[in-house]
Amino acid sequence: MEPRRIDDNTWEIPKHGAMRVPAVIYSSAKLLADVRRDKTLEQAANVACLPGIERMSYVMPDAHQGYGFPIGGVAAFDLEDGIISPGGVGYDINCGVRLLKTDYTEEDVREKRKELLAGIFREVPAGVGKGGVTKLSRSVLKDILVKGAEWAVANGYGTGEDLERTEEHGRMKDASADDISDRALERGIPQLGTLGAGNHFLEIQKVEEIFDPEAARAFGVRAPGQILVMVHCGSRGLGHQVATDYIELMSDAPGVRDLPDRELVNAPFRSPMGRRYYRSMCAAVNYAFANRQMIAHWVRQVFARVLGGSGGMDQIYDVCHNVAKVERHVVGGREKDLVVHRKGATRSFGPHRPEVPGAYRAVGQPVIIPGSMGTASYLLAGTREAEELSFSSTAHGAGRVMSRHEALRRFRGERIREDLARKGIELRSTSWKGVAEEASEAYKDVDEVVRVSHEVGLGRLVAKVVPLGVMKG
Amino acid sequence: MATKSRYRILPHTADGKFRAYGRTLEEAYGNAALAMVSLMWDWTTIEPLERREIRVEAPDRERLLVRFLGEIVYLFDHERFLLGRVAELGIAGSARGGFELRAVVEGEPLRGGREIHGDVKAVTYHDLTIEAGDGITVQVVVDM
Repeated sequence: MEPRRIDDNTWEIPKHGAMRVPAVIYSSAKLLADVRRDKTLEQAANVACLPGIERMSYVMPDAHQGYGFPIGGVAAFDLEDGIISPGGVGYDINCGVRLLKTDYTEEDVREKRKELLAGIFREVPAGVGKGGVTKLSRSVLKDILVKGAEWAVANGYGTGEDLERTEEHGRMKDASADDISDRALERGIPQLGTLGAGNHFLEIQKVEEIFDPEAARAFGVRAPGQILVMVHCGSRGLGHQVATDYIELMSDAPGVRDLPDRELVNAPFRSPMGRRYYRSMCAAVNYAFANRQMIAHWVRQVFARVLGGSGGMDQIYDVCHNVAKVERHVVGGREKDLVVHRKGATRSFGPHRPEVPGAYRAVGQPVIIPGSMGTASYLLAGTREAEELSFSSTAHGAGRVMSRHEALRRFRGERIREDLARKGIELRSTSWKGVAEEASEAYKDVDEVVRVSHEVGLGRLVAKVVPLGVMKG
Repeated sequence: MATKSRYRILPHTADGKFRAYGRTLEEAYGNAALAMVSLMWDWTTIEPLERREIRVEAPDRERLLVRFLGEIVYLFDHERFLLGRVAELGIAGSARGGFELRAVVEGEPLRGGREIHGDVKAVTYHDLTIEAGDGITVQVVVDM
């Protein structure tokens, strides 16, 4: 499928066949070369065929092939005539990123880096198959699914201010645990408060460069050398099971056989099945908010113990990058509510959106884009133009270009650790093979991803951060 | 049986993709289970210390395979059970007109010191194929 070039960073697949709208790809020639090698474009065109899709099927600069929907795909659907699709959210519901600022500087942590990382490694359970520290009852879990990070704060993990600086205030109000399977609950009970594995990580970072001083100041980012902490994880087995369950349930509906890919299964948003999935997805989103809230709390405790003092570890923001949300946007000159699917994409609301916390409303929502293991990450600000360009969305990370299998064949985890150590980056992990699979060479160039985001106007560059210590699950 | 005659791991940008082979559907499904767990642990070193029974039903063979593999993901996530061998596996027509799979799998509980290098989150329908020719070949993509 050959996309038509609109400008340096914008490409289009014109409407053809069963497509109801065109597909638009925000990508540079360099990034597009990788995108063309897999099924990303075909998948974006398939999404454009779904009922009730508004405006365009969008593809973000870090996109790669998913199942059904591409990773880095954004699609918004009419609430009355449109659909909701578990494949448009992804298996790791509310996989997301939380960023904490600190008042510590590189000098403060230089000697204590290993100790901090070791402390975090002890406090935050990570790795495949690692259970959490809390033994939950089923009724408490259901309470968490309804209340999200609010539950965590009420139970001593963090502060109310954290909630203000979390998308949805850490709680999607439409959540219900009533239609979540026993199996999903069983997978969720032992995993609350765990980082998980795969591409999930926790980093101690320092600010390397500030591009937008005004927005940086609003976000609490003051100067190069300042220490930040980033947490990247999601809803663990609970979210994976909710997605699996609803893909199964929706597969029984008529019309599924005609889909070009079974992973595009969907239900009308207003149908009982659509509502059940949406409410269950919201519950899984809440689980992930609670999860990151607990992890952030433990990180603060370790910093306080090792470095003394509270360290001014305020939350900058917490973003979801696998989610479907009901949002108001302008379509055809008219405001309307839509269900916006972001699968491997970050919301990037600009200034004055009511959803953006008051402290940030003049500059836009903080957008957190993690790089691959051991490379830079970026803090951006949402823009007003993004509403028009992508239903207020931008990239979510670096995006893979090499399979895990190939990475495992080419790289060795121990060697990666040595290389990072030479660059002054400490790495701890539960699995060396897991480290090899996440080698930065297996990912797109995150610098290029955020450059495109900035140039197109999807998200404006605010600061670049680099890791000092990496904990990988 | 050598691993490469049981299954082959294929390149896939973000996830785990494999093809598993068998003279029969049963054998191919059993090898698909080993292929999938090879993305998480080295099944050839797992002792058959415990047994688990799996029973799943589905209206078609594709969904039967996804549900069977989903059971193994669940056994690991919920019970920390590491599969090392598929001891028995039978597929028959179900009373409801679809298929029923019954299996007995063997393995050991997860203990400290065992390296788990990958996390299979879910079994997908993406690029899922079941082909009959000279034996059976199944192809599966799992989300990692």
